This record gives sequence, structure tokens and C-alpha cells, in this order.
Amino acid sequence: MTEKITLETIEDVSILAKLKLDPEEAENARKDMQKMLDYVEKLNELDTDGVEPLTHLFSYGNVFREDIVTNGDASEEMLANAPKAKDGQYQVPKTIE
Amino acid sequence: MIQTETTALALSREIREKKRTVRETVQETLKKIHETDSSIGAFLTLRPEEELLEHADRIQQQIDDGTLNSPLAGVPVAVKDNLCTRGLRTTCASRILEDFLPPYSAGAVERLEEAGALIIGKTNMDEFAMGSTTETSAFQITKNPWNTAHVPGGSSGGSCAAVAAGEVLLALGSDTGGSIRQPSAFCGVTGIKPTYGTVSRYGLIAYASSLDQIGPVAGNVSDCAALLQAIAGHDPRDATSLVRKDLDFTSACVCDVKGMKIGIPKTYFQDGIDPEVKEAVLRAAETFRSLGAFVESFDLPLTEYAIPAYYLIASAEASSNLERFDGVKYGCRASEYEGLHDMYKKTRSEGFGAEVKRRIMLGSFVLSAGYYDAYYLKALRTRALIKQSYDHAFTTYDLLLAPAAPSTAPRIGVSLEDPLKMYLGDIYTVSVNLAGLPAISLPCGFDRGGLPIGMQLIGNAFAEKTLIRAAYTYEQTAQGLKTTPTAEKEAHR
Amino acid sequence: MKQTYETIIGLEVHVELATKTKIFCSCSTAFGGRPNTHTCPVCTGMPGTLPVLNRQVVEYALAVGLASNCSIHQMCRFDRKNYFYPDNPQNYQISQLYLPICHDGYVEIETEHGPKKIRIHEIHMEEDAGKLIHDEWEDCSLVDYNRSGVPLLEIVSEPDMRSADEVIAYLEKLRKMIQYLGASDCKLQEGSMRADVNLSLRRAGSKEFGTRTEMKNLNSFKAIRRAIENEQERQAELLDAGKPVEQETRRWDDNKEFSRAMRSKEDAKDYRYFPDPDLPPVLIPDEWIQRVRNSLPEFQEEKAQRYIREYQLSAYDAGLLTESRKIAALFEETAALSEKPKKAANWLIGETLRLLREKNMDPEQLDFSPEHLAALIRLAEDGSVNNQVAKKVFEKIFEEDIDPVAYVEEHGLKTVSDTGMLEEAARRVIAANADAVEQYHQGKEKILGFLIGQLMRETKGQADPSLAGEILRSLL
Repeated sequence: MTEKITLETIEDVSILAKLKLDPEEAENARKDMQKMLDYVEKLNELDTDGVEPLTHLFSYGNVFREDIVTNGDASEEMLANAPKAKDGQYQVPKTIE
Repeated sequence: MIQTETTALALSREIREKKRTVRETVQETLKKIHETDSSIGAFLTLRPEEELLEHADRIQQQIDDGTLNSPLAGVPVAVKDNLCTRGLRTTCASRILEDFLPPYSAGAVERLEEAGALIIGKTNMDEFAMGSTTETSAFQITKNPWNTAHVPGGSSGGSCAAVAAGEVLLALGSDTGGSIRQPSAFCGVTGIKPTYGTVSRYGLIAYASSLDQIGPVAGNVSDCAALLQAIAGHDPRDATSLVRKDLDFTSACVCDVKGMKIGIPKTYFQDGIDPEVKEAVLRAAETFRSLGAFVESFDLPLTEYAIPAYYLIASAEASSNLERFDGVKYGCRASEYEGLHDMYKKTRSEGFGAEVKRRIMLGSFVLSAGYYDAYYLKALRTRALIKQSYDHAFTTYDLLLAPAAPSTAPRIGVSLEDPLKMYLGDIYTVSVNLAGLPAISLPCGFDRGGLPIGMQLIGNAFAEKTLIRAAYTYEQTAQGLKTTPTAEKEAHR
Repeated sequence: MKQTYETIIGLEVHVELATKTKIFCSCSTAFGGRPNTHTCPVCTGMPGTLPVLNRQVVEYALAVGLASNCSIHQMCRFDRKNYFYPDNPQNYQISQLYLPICHDGYVEIETEHGPKKIRIHEIHMEEDAGKLIHDEWEDCSLVDYNRSGVPLLEIVSEPDMRSADEVIAYLEKLRKMIQYLGASDCKLQEGSMRADVNLSLRRAGSKEFGTRTEMKNLNSFKAIRRAIENEQERQAELLDAGKPVEQETRRWDDNKEFSRAMRSKEDAKDYRYFPDPDLPPVLIPDEWIQRVRNSLPEFQEEKAQRYIREYQLSAYDAGLLTESRKIAALFEETAALSEKPKKAANWLIGETLRLLREKNMDPEQLDFSPEHLAALIRLAEDGSVNNQVAKKVFEKIFEEDIDPVAYVEEHGLKTVSDTGMLEEAARRVIAANADAVEQYHQGKEKILGFLIGQLMRETKGQADPSLAGEILRSLL
């Protein structure tokens, strides 16, 4: 049975996803998601019991970096794209009340 | 003047044989782009001419003093705008990255530049590669050079259109669910989606990390093979990058498919396929048979589960990959907001387009508490089964022949109305990404309206050379198909 | 009616690993650089960048896991924990949820009722976040990503602790063990060791757990103790009044000595964990585990026991010497070089610890060679320098690691045992202290000590004190 998507679900998800949806967008999002979930319901026809979820395609062996510092000070380059910066730091709205 | 019939390999040879200079080549390419692109809209950003000419002279110098002799030296290349290019605007066709100047280049771009190719500019795409028509770009519509009322396909529509229009001979695209193969088919060009891990993803702005792969787009198989050879190889900055020794792809450009076993998945030719596409692909099958290949149809199970599994996995990964676009470190920030969370929400709502938001919402939902098992893990289990079904097919066949898309390029403006219907168009391409396999898309005919039809050859993991050999053999045989939009128009006049 | 409650505590301890580089990029982990000077596209979450795991992080995680009797997931994986916050550049933290590297271990602590096992649920590897500071001037916050991507181990205990004392004992035990492994310096004040306290109450005798709260921002053992006591009281009051305890995260305010619930709709706790597709699983074969197991150091208890046995030290001294692996190593080397273990122990327990305290230093910062301390011990033993001089010379060794033999020679600090010279000096002292001499002659023998002191001063402390006494007595 397909999950019933309500506007509350949409609101909860938009908080997680940090998206602001006006009422019309929320209703469209609800419909879209409902439609997609109804469609992917198809997967439940498949018996996947005991199948290991495929998280990585190939077995690579271990992929490591050695613990050697090779990066220098690149703060200027890193900050060059910041929408707001101050004193070599990224400026954001205050995070404490 | 660069002849549109020429190839990148021939062009570079002329340059290295001093029959033309890199500077001339760049100037001609820019001229062609300036003439053509106003009607095609393939490019989002061009590198400044002065910088390009300076770079051209540097390459010329290296060629002249004998330090550079690679097969693509001096050739201009267009790069999809989700590949980071140091100091050159990289937008992913999204408002949220409108002014992003990466302080680094993608691994594939670095390799191209080491091979003496020049990045001429950045091509349009669906926003964050989410779409099949290049219409979800926040900036412009790209038109199909064969008929400008039609889309070029997507998401690498800009790259494929640029090659089809003769603006460049080579371009880089990326393929998450068909984003190189489908627009290549729609634009009548050749594109390869390599085995996952063959080309470094470092610097490729991620859509779905476990599916994304960079690949070449060109006017013919040899150029495609040469471009792939230039960009492939292990990169220690990408932990999913593979160490492979069989990267001499151009050596596979030989005419020989005798005894090759080609399987045709029956289900791919049943529902929803345009009869003209079906006919053209089956004609290609005949050509292979006549060339000595063993061709038969067979049952490839689970094909109908590929799209739902793909959209769940891709959306889930995308929802996480796109969290970093938050108005803090780079990209745009909303101009007015109250507090931190409002800043996040306004920035992202203003910065992302509808299709991107749709996938972020779906992805966030399927990963959320209570749904992870039912949707996400179910999709990963399905993915395992799909990979197994391919593994099984490749115990019998050397490669599989399939359409690249169920139809030819749709008209501009019709696809976005029904997203689910648009997703269904990816039926022949997404399972290849789910299984990490290589595939090549190449032209195999035209529909009645004169739009190109593409076919797809799918290989087992690491079997790019088999694909290239088969595609090259077909291409050499079916010479009549090698044409360009301009030549075609001349012929119809 | 007032009830008696049993306190149930579990701990989530974060430890910053002592690697040179971050967990997923080659930026330095050095403490205290200018903001954002230890950052790169990877640890600032630039688009298209990818993580590559630092091998040393796995080494340290294995060592800590094996030392705390854990089992190892020989195929472990990284997962993404998704939440938006500006200190987290990707807005997801790379951590381990589904297959953490270590699981099901324990450490043993001493309690007033004897030894007790505290079980460890799991240990996982993850990345640290950046630092946010509040800018009063513009009423905004500023982000520094220097700490972003510094490797952390999170050690999650079972709810096995019953009091603040047990919590402190457990933390001390972990800290000592991890410091011995060299995996972290574990400083609470600097944040290289942090503990979140999960606490609930249940009616004495009850089998079921109550609702727990999670307390964050505890920066010292003192804060941990206060926060636990405060939270015990707060929950008991709620339960006594028949009110429910809310499952929530609380932030401890060390100045105000109380905690406050961190609650906001925007902080919805749904982390949407899923396996990170950018990082292949980590494979840990038996040989790797065996190698790490074989290279585990001798830990404090064993070491202290051995000192008591081998060097006949008191349990107290052995305990002090093994407090830090650095001091223990200095001790063992000095003892071997000087062949005077007791003297070596005395120098390290007495003067060394005193100077460390005085200079507000950490044992790890000790930087003198055991050869020099052993040489000093020999100088003192053969009477070449007296005690007072030896202490001064030691201070020089402590500070600059000087060679004591050369130093004593150069500065002419050798004990003066030249009788003629001493007699001369003694005469000067007698002449200058007529009063004292008078008192001595009247039978006040104790005044001799004063005169010896004067003679030492006259000889700039270099006189052999017993010889000095002898000479004075004979002259008087």
C-alpha cells in the first residue's frame, strides 16, 4: 500500500530539506511526491528478501591517504566565493539566541 | 577553416604537422561559435578570447619545441558546466551557483589540459544534471541543431548540441542516468558513458555520486575513444576511481566484429518505443549480423524496475549532495532573510529550480525515519538484482544492443509538463548506471522528420574496448549516416 | 512523597585524534592557526570535491578499540548524517552508523565497591565540525573551518554508570588509555576530549529505564560532575511532582551552572543516515588487527605493577610515574642509564612534577633527554655537586636540556671540598658573625646551622655541606 502523502509530510520534509514552499508549491509537491511514490510502488512486486543492498559497485580494496600535510594556507581562495565574509571568516546569521 | 567533416584527431595532426596553428584553430572555433550559438544556445560561458589565445600560444610553443605531441594537442574542447574549471565560471546551470569561480579544476579537465587540449567554454545542461531535455537550465534553452524547434536532449544537451552544430569537435558530458547517451542520440553524435570509476569524479559537481560518470562526446567513434583515453585514469582524490591498465582505447578502433556475440533485450522493443526508432535499431542489428557478428534477442529481466530504483537512489543521493548549497561558503545567498534557517530556506528556494526541488524533496523523504528501509534500501536491493541480471547476460554476450531513447528529440516545451513521463524516457539508459557498466551511443538513422536516431551498445564492466571496436566497425560500414545538420539541410534543399 | 531513584548514565565521548592531517583531506590539524588557514576545497565542502580516508585514523581507531576489548567490524563503512548547520560545510557529517569500526567492548574502572566493567556499545570514526563565534558588533556569527574535518572517535558506552564518580573514573580510564596509545592528547578544556552525558532516573529496584536526556557542552570534569548532579535533581523533582521527563538535548551553561533544553522546530532530529557513496568500505583483515594488537603498549596498571616489582617502588610512586606515558618512558630510560631507579623516580616525581605544575605544562611537553638526567644523578651520587646545586642544574635540564657535566664545569659549580679554601671562607664567616659565634660558645649548638648557611652563601652554594660543618666546628 502506498504511503499517503499529506501537506504535513510535505512541511516536515521541507524543514529537513530547507526549502520554503508557498501553499501552491506545497500542494504541487504533495501531488508530485504522491505520484512518484505510487509509481515506485512497483518495486514491491519484487522479492528482495535476503538481497544485500548494493551500496558500492566494485570492490576497490582499501583506498587510503597517507597522513602527510600537503595543503598550505588557501584561506583567501576559499573565501573568495563567500557571499559574506568578515575577518577571514564566513559570515552567517547568528546561530545562538 | 575547420571543415565540419574533419575529426579532432585529424585537426590535431594538422596542427602538429604545422599545417595550421593553434591560434588559428582557436580563432576559427570562436568565430564559428559566435556565428552559430545565438541560434543554438549551447554555451553558457566562453573563456575570454585573450586568455584563450595566450593559452593557444603556450600550447603552440610546446608543440614547436617538441614537448607536446599528444593526439589531441591544440584541439578546442567544450566542457559541461557541472565540471569545475579553475577560475572559469561553473554554474551547473543553476542560479544558486551563478557566479561560482572554482579555485580548482576537475580531474578530467586537468588531464585534458595536460594533453594539450583547450577548454573553450562551458556548455548548458539541465540544472544540476536533473532533466532529459536541457530545459531545466536556469539560464537558457538549448536547441537541437537538426531542428531548432526540438530539444537537444539532456542533461548534457549543451555539449552534444555544440558538437552537432560543428561549434567544437569534442565535448565532455556527464552521465548519471543517460545524460550523455540520450542527448548524443538526439543530436546525432557519439558519446560514451564509461565504466563507473574510469574517469575521476573529482571536480564533477555531484548529482548522484554512485551513478555519475564523466564521458566524451564527439562526431565519431575514434575521436570519442581518443577523448576518453585522454581523461581516463586513476585519481587519488577520488576514492571510487579505479586503477585500470586497459586505457588504450584508440587501439580498439579496428573493423572487426566477426564472432562477436550481441544480445538484444526483447523488452526494450515492446511497449512505448517509437516504431521508427525500433526499425532503425533493428536495422543496425542486421548490419552487425552481416558483418559477421552473432546477434540474437533474449530476455533481460527486471528492466521495468530500473526507473523506480534509479529515481529513488538518485534523488536520495542528490538530496544530500545538494545540501552544501546553502548561501554560506559560495554561490548566491537570498538578499533578505530573518535568521539562519530562513536564510537557508530562502536561498535554496530562490536558487534551485522546480525539478531540482522536486528531487530534493523526494530524496529527503525516502531517507527519512520510517521510510529508509521501504524505499531506499528496497531500491538498493533492486539495484543489486539488476546488476546480477546484467552479469548473467554477459556470461553469454559480449555486448548488448539497445535504443538510446524510445523516441527522437521531442519539441521544446512539451516534456516538463509531466515529470513522470519524462522520467520514463530514461528506460534504456538508467540501468546501465545502476550496474556501473560502459555504454556507447551512436547514430543509426533518421526519423521521417529528419531527426537523428541513436542506438546504444552496452558492454560488461571494463569492456569499453569491445564497445569501441563494435561501434567503430558499424560506423565505418554505415558511412552514409555520417552527416551533419548543415550538410543534411543542404541535401534537402 | 519523595522517592529514591537510581541514576542511569551512558556516555558519548568524542576524542580528537592526534593525526597530522584531517580525516578526509591533507590539511593540517594543528591547533590555533588563524581562521580558515587550514582549509581546502574538501574540508570547506566545495562542489565536486571528494573525501579520501586518512589511513592513520583507522590505525588509531583500531588501537583504541582493541585496547577497550572491542570486536572489530572487518568491513566497516561510512554514512552521511544530514543536518544543516553552518559549522558543517557539507551540511552532512561523514560518520559511521550502520557498521562502526569497533563494537561491544568494555573498560574496567575502580569504584568504592571494587572493580566494575563499563561496556562500550561502539566506537566509530567521524569528522569534526568547524568553529562558530558570535560577533557582537554585527550581531552575526562567523565560521572558521580549521577544525572542520579533524578526525574524531566517538566512543559510545552502554548505560552502565550509576554516579558522577563512576563517570569520572570511566573518563579518566579512557583518557589514560588513549593518551598511552598516543591516539589523542584528550584535553577536555581544549576540546580534544568531549563528553555528552545521557542520563535517566528510575525508581530504585525497577528494571525499566526512564526517559533520558542528553547533556552537551561539558568542558571539564568539574562541569561534568555539576551537570550530572544538577540533572539528577531536576529529573527527580519532575518525577516527584508526577511530571514526565522529556527526551531532549540540553546544553550545560558552566557559568550559570544550569542546563537548558535545545529545542527548535528547525532542528528536527531526522538525520537521514545513508551509506556515503563517495567512500568505499574499509576492509580490516585479521593480519591488520593482529599487528595493531601486538603493538599495543603496556598500559598504566601493568606498568605500575611492574615498577613495584622490578624497581621496588611504592604503589604511590609507581602510580605517579605512570600517570603519563612520557614520564614513565623518561623514568625507565633514566633508571637504566643511571642504574639508580629510586633516584630517577625521585627526580621525576619531585622536581619534574613540581616544575610542570609551576610552569603550567603538560607532561607531553617534556623535552629533556634521559641521558642528561642520568648524568646529573651520577654527579649528585659521587658528590660532584651538592643537592642544592643539583636542583638548579636540573631546572636547566628541564628547560633547555643542557648537558649537566659540561654545564657544571663551565659554571664552576663543582662542590668545593678544598679544605684550605673552605677554612679561609669559614674564618670570614666567623669574623662577620660575632653574635652567632658568641651564642654557639654559650652552648646554643643549633646556631651552627645558621653559620653553615652563611658559609654556603660565601661559597655560592658549592661547599660540601658536611665538610663545611666539620670545618666550622673545628675552627670554633
